[in-house]
Amino acid sequence: MSAQLPPLSQRGFLRWLWRQLTSMKTALILLFLLALASIPGSILPQRGTNPILVEQWITDNPTLGPIFDSVGLFDVFGSPWYSAVYILLFISLIGCVLPRLGLHWKAMRRPPPSAPKNLSRFGGGEFEFVGEPEVIIARACAILKKERWRTVVGHDTHGGHWVAAEKGYLRETGNLVFHFSLILILVGVAIGGLFGWRGNVIVREGEGFSNTLTQYDAWGGGRLSSADSLPEFSFTLESFNVEFERGNAQSGAPRLFEANMVVDQPGEPASTTHLVEVNQPLVIDAAKVFLVGHGYAPKLIVRDSQGAVVLDDAVVFLPQDGNFTSTGVIKVPDADPQLGFRGLFLPTTAVDEIRGPHSIFPAPDDISIFFGAWVGDLGLDDGVPQSIYTLNVEGMTQLGIDPLRIGQTWNLPEGAGSIEFTGYERWASFQLAYDPGKELALIAAILAIAGLSMSLFVQRRRIWVKVGEVPGRISGSRVKVEVAGIAKASGHDATEQVDRLVELLKGKVL
Amino acid sequence: MDSLGLADSSNNFIYAAMVTLFIATVLFSISFAAGRRKEPQVQLGSAKVLVESGGSKVHESINEVTRLEPGHRAANIGMSLTWLSAAMLLVGVVLRGMWAGRVPWGNMYEFSITSALGILLVFLVWSTQRDLRWLGLFVTIPTLLTLGLAVTVLYTEAAQLVPALKSYWLVIHVFAAIIGGGAFTVGAATAGLSLISDKGWFKQLPSREKLEGLTHRIISFSFPIWTFAVVAGAIWAENAWGRYWGWDPKETWAFITWVVFAAYLHARSTAGWKHQKASIIVLVGWLSFLINYFGVNIFINSLHSYAGV
Repeated sequence: MSAQLPPLSQRGFLRWLWRQLTSMKTALILLFLLALASIPGSILPQRGTNPILVEQWITDNPTLGPIFDSVGLFDVFGSPWYSAVYILLFISLIGCVLPRLGLHWKAMRRPPPSAPKNLSRFGGGEFEFVGEPEVIIARACAILKKERWRTVVGHDTHGGHWVAAEKGYLRETGNLVFHFSLILILVGVAIGGLFGWRGNVIVREGEGFSNTLTQYDAWGGGRLSSADSLPEFSFTLESFNVEFERGNAQSGAPRLFEANMVVDQPGEPASTTHLVEVNQPLVIDAAKVFLVGHGYAPKLIVRDSQGAVVLDDAVVFLPQDGNFTSTGVIKVPDADPQLGFRGLFLPTTAVDEIRGPHSIFPAPDDISIFFGAWVGDLGLDDGVPQSIYTLNVEGMTQLGIDPLRIGQTWNLPEGAGSIEFTGYERWASFQLAYDPGKELALIAAILAIAGLSMSLFVQRRRIWVKVGEVPGRISGSRVKVEVAGIAKASGHDATEQVDRLVELLKGKVL
Repeated sequence: MDSLGLADSSNNFIYAAMVTLFIATVLFSISFAAGRRKEPQVQLGSAKVLVESGGSKVHESINEVTRLEPGHRAANIGMSLTWLSAAMLLVGVVLRGMWAGRVPWGNMYEFSITSALGILLVFLVWSTQRDLRWLGLFVTIPTLLTLGLAVTVLYTEAAQLVPALKSYWLVIHVFAAIIGGGAFTVGAATAGLSLISDKGWFKQLPSREKLEGLTHRIISFSFPIWTFAVVAGAIWAENAWGRYWGWDPKETWAFITWVVFAAYLHARSTAGWKHQKASIIVLVGWLSFLINYFGVNIFINSLHSYAGV
């Protein structure tokens, strides 16, 4: 390819730019860029999937962290540079495919090109026999039509008769379907992104959830999604069953988790019960409820310095490892003075010198909690929103650390109050999702695979049969039949088809 | 058979398959070394075949030539042993599944022994269509490496599936990924060979153009299968995690692999990119497939980390 300088006129320049953008070489480069640009998204933690890890990474790398953050490396797939690559790629795709659509439309309506003068250079077959040229041509036509070739007949200036046949138009059709399906997938993704929403909620056993924004722990919706008109329904987590592997192989791996749910929907006269498992979401209207995680919620009773019960509830602790060593925070603003606890819940307790207290099995076989207690100001009145899973101990004094078993009570030093560990509940976390674009994306993906397969497996071939006089003979008795073919794609030929046609012709004619 | 008997038999079959494949590899190398010393003998008689009915006779005469090459006997035994090895691998994989009482695709050891089987099957099925004895060495070596890693580093006792894997999509998604990956591996072998075929190191290699054509065929076969594996994975993800695409590292690398092989197919119809550059793209695509398989499962925290190691 020769390097061309862009023309100076504005129109010429635009046309030059368009041609550059829609060239195959540009598409190739953009594909490489897309692959390359995706890599950091798989290596660095991403806000979309793991915001906590992102914050951790930035804290751990104070120099690189903010720089990476400012160029969008923690949100690669939403960053402007990533969008630029795939938008350019899609423009290039449209620019490339649209003209081909017109060309293909024309090609499909055009008869196959007539037979070339010299067939022998295609390395086909050649034989002689007795017969009328018209009859042989008609038979060849019949055979080819039966095998769904598109045919056209004709004769050249010196009396030779020919059939030209072509097959495999579906190759280009498939190619076009594939590329347009990719656009359709993008549309499906865009619809889901604009109108869809997704939320997460943790529900304890026996607790309920109704589908309004305030009930979610986290909720995110597209720009055009309707946060105030979420589908009306509610559910209660009746019970939650978990089983873990107790054998030697993969000990502690989850084997079963299932949530028994009671669902109420408007318009439905009675509540319905459902079993929700991983891979088996609950479908309500268009939204789906997925079981994504679970954990423990120890039941605690906290009394303040006067002995009044200031908290009597199960508190959600978040698992930190595969054995459900779980951490949680208890804030008691109603106590006087205010109390705060950090807790470490161990379903199967072990203590060693290196790791300290930790759990060695995910099932509740040997439960204990290690508490650290603080007294002072929780800082809740500053107006700064706080996470319920972190305790800000600035302005508080630590009272000590104490391990508790179920049924035990820790009387805090200095008469600050007490905390009693009475038992535990399980909780399950659910993801609720609504994606109106996913059906379109699926249909487009199926179309894409179908189109792709057609474009790769169907071969475009041309085949010609020519019947003429045998050189040096008086016409009438014997004629020369030539058969030849070509395949459009490199690395393929029409040998098989030519051989077959020769066999069939011989069988029919001789 | 009790479960321990099944476990032992499965492992024994895998080991036997490895030994057989190792012997096949040695024989393929002998065949290669033999081919290097002597020029292939072309029998004059085969040139007499007339262009009577197209190219089929020409194909036969080419086969005639390859059959006469030195080292052909070693390569033939190598092919038979490769079939035998694949059969033993198949038995080993099936017994593994019976031991575990489920599809044998629950951890990386099981993925790896099945992937090794996948590579061999793609190669062997293809070898029934055309003479691929020259390729044997370059297919058995990566297969042996995969099996070696499987029985040493990745070995895990059979256990039940984690709930996330309990779905019929496991069968569909993993099967497609294994066949697609096996074909990518065979394609990487032909692409790699096409890069060195001009150097004249190995006389019995097909020409560069031929190797490039073969690479194109095998990638054209595996690319739609890989696409299907990715789409099947997306459908499964929608059902399990509530979104069909979430840029999990496994998804990201599957996408990167897909894009690189898409680039290869485009390169094949771009002037100046059809030959060496296209072959290099295949190797890059295969590398990203390997990163996805080993790297993401073991080193990156992903929803797909089922390595069990």
